[in-house]
Amino acid sequence: MAIMTRIGLIRLVVIAALIGALELACRTGLIDHRIIIAPSEMASALWTLLASGSLDADIARTLGLIGLVTALSIVLGFAAGIAIHALPRLREALDPFFATYYAVPVFIFYPVLIAIFGLSLMPIVLIGVATAIVAMIIATLNGLDRVPRVLDKVARVHRLGRIATALQLQLPAAAPYLFTGIKLAVSYGFIAVIAAEFILSPAGLGRDIADAYADFNNRRMYALILFLLIVATLINAVLHGLDMRFAARRSGGRA
Amino acid sequence: MTATRRAADTLILLVGLVVLWEILHRIAGETAMPAPLSTFAYLVHNLATPRFIANLTTTGLELGYALLLAYGIGLAVGVWLGAHRLSGAVGEPILVSLYSLPKITLYPVVLLIFGLGISGKVAFGALHGVLPVALLTTGAIRAIPPVYLRAARTLQLSPWQTITTVLLPAALPEVFTGLRIGFTVTLLGVLLGEMFASKEGLGAMIINALQLAQGEEMMTVAIVLFAFAALANGLLLFVEHRLRRI
Repeated sequence: MAIMTRIGLIRLVVIAALIGALELACRTGLIDHRIIIAPSEMASALWTLLASGSLDADIARTLGLIGLVTALSIVLGFAAGIAIHALPRLREALDPFFATYYAVPVFIFYPVLIAIFGLSLMPIVLIGVATAIVAMIIATLNGLDRVPRVLDKVARVHRLGRIATALQLQLPAAAPYLFTGIKLAVSYGFIAVIAAEFILSPAGLGRDIADAYADFNNRRMYALILFLLIVATLINAVLHGLDMRFAARRSGGRA
Repeated sequence: MTATRRAADTLILLVGLVVLWEILHRIAGETAMPAPLSTFAYLVHNLATPRFIANLTTTGLELGYALLLAYGIGLAVGVWLGAHRLSGAVGEPILVSLYSLPKITLYPVVLLIFGLGISGKVAFGALHGVLPVALLTTGAIRAIPPVYLRAARTLQLSPWQTITTVLLPAALPEVFTGLRIGFTVTLLGVLLGEMFASKEGLGAMIINALQLAQGEEMMTVAIVLFAFAALANGLLLFVEHRLRRI
């Protein structure tokens, strides 16, 4: 335990030193303020921006989109995973697609979706779901594969119906793997939505960053970047915390 | 027999995808979604044109440089964090949280530092690739049985000899997994870079084609990229399986 905190302390010092060095380099003019502004300035710019309320609409839009994309991917991916699991022949045929899916740049289809649906929310939602859903499908298949056979017997011994078996036995057994899928769906959804907004979109935080960049408005740009990085870090921290609890339960179940 | 049936099923799905494409074409219309046949005709006619080859070369060059950087830096950092316990314990969680950040938010910063030319896109691609390479290398080196290191010490190998003759060969299969994933994300990074504020490369071609409403060109570039990425990944997977069997 003492070692853990010591390492944590060193990590904190390292991160603080890096930020401090950047601050110093910016303040002394070693780094041109037209390239990077001092971290303290980023923070104060973000504070002013958030306090002004002018960002609220874009925050709501972007986070709402990420939420929608993630929710759709998780629900539809879970359903598709169950359906594919029940059809072994389809699954075998799909396996090569799943194995290659994250190796090909699916995002390159975003402009094609804009050509079809116009510059609306639809292309962003679709490219987000397309990016995130396959991780959820694969995780669902993995989870269902790892439901122990013995649970079938348990269900029969307790005379559980199909739905009770699924809810009380299979779902908990597959839960850790499903959670991996949820975690991936959230982070893929986040990345796809921000990237889509950044490249081409009528509004949203990604678009704001691109606009601020084009206007040479570094204070606004760095404030927005800092905001997104903080949000992403918070989301990752929450998911990581949940993951740790699942991991503890998994190893507890094994012991 | 099952292998051929499986291949046939996969083929049926591929055909199904093309049919779906045709249906989308019927719904969305010629400009938004060109028909599969006219796209393939376009592909055959335009693949060898100087314009296409120039953009292909640009993307290839950027990918090559970015991979060189990502692999070089990633391997160096990975070996360091894997071999030095305290550095690994301190540094790995930092890399993990950097890995899960949406790198696209940092693209303007990369552009401000490296400029709008080829170096910005190279740096952005490398930024994507360096983290998985470093993380998987760290894990691979940490998983090496300590007895190997003791043997290296007994043989009085220099640090460099230890790295090249003991650590890397033992860690190679997993390191190679890192290189494969690194390849995928570096390609994505380079393409994303090209899609924003760039005039050259396949990513820029797609955005340009969107603005000129040239559906065939968009689909052609997408297909070429898909085929290239899938082939490269298949090749790297093949090598990886061979390495694991040794």
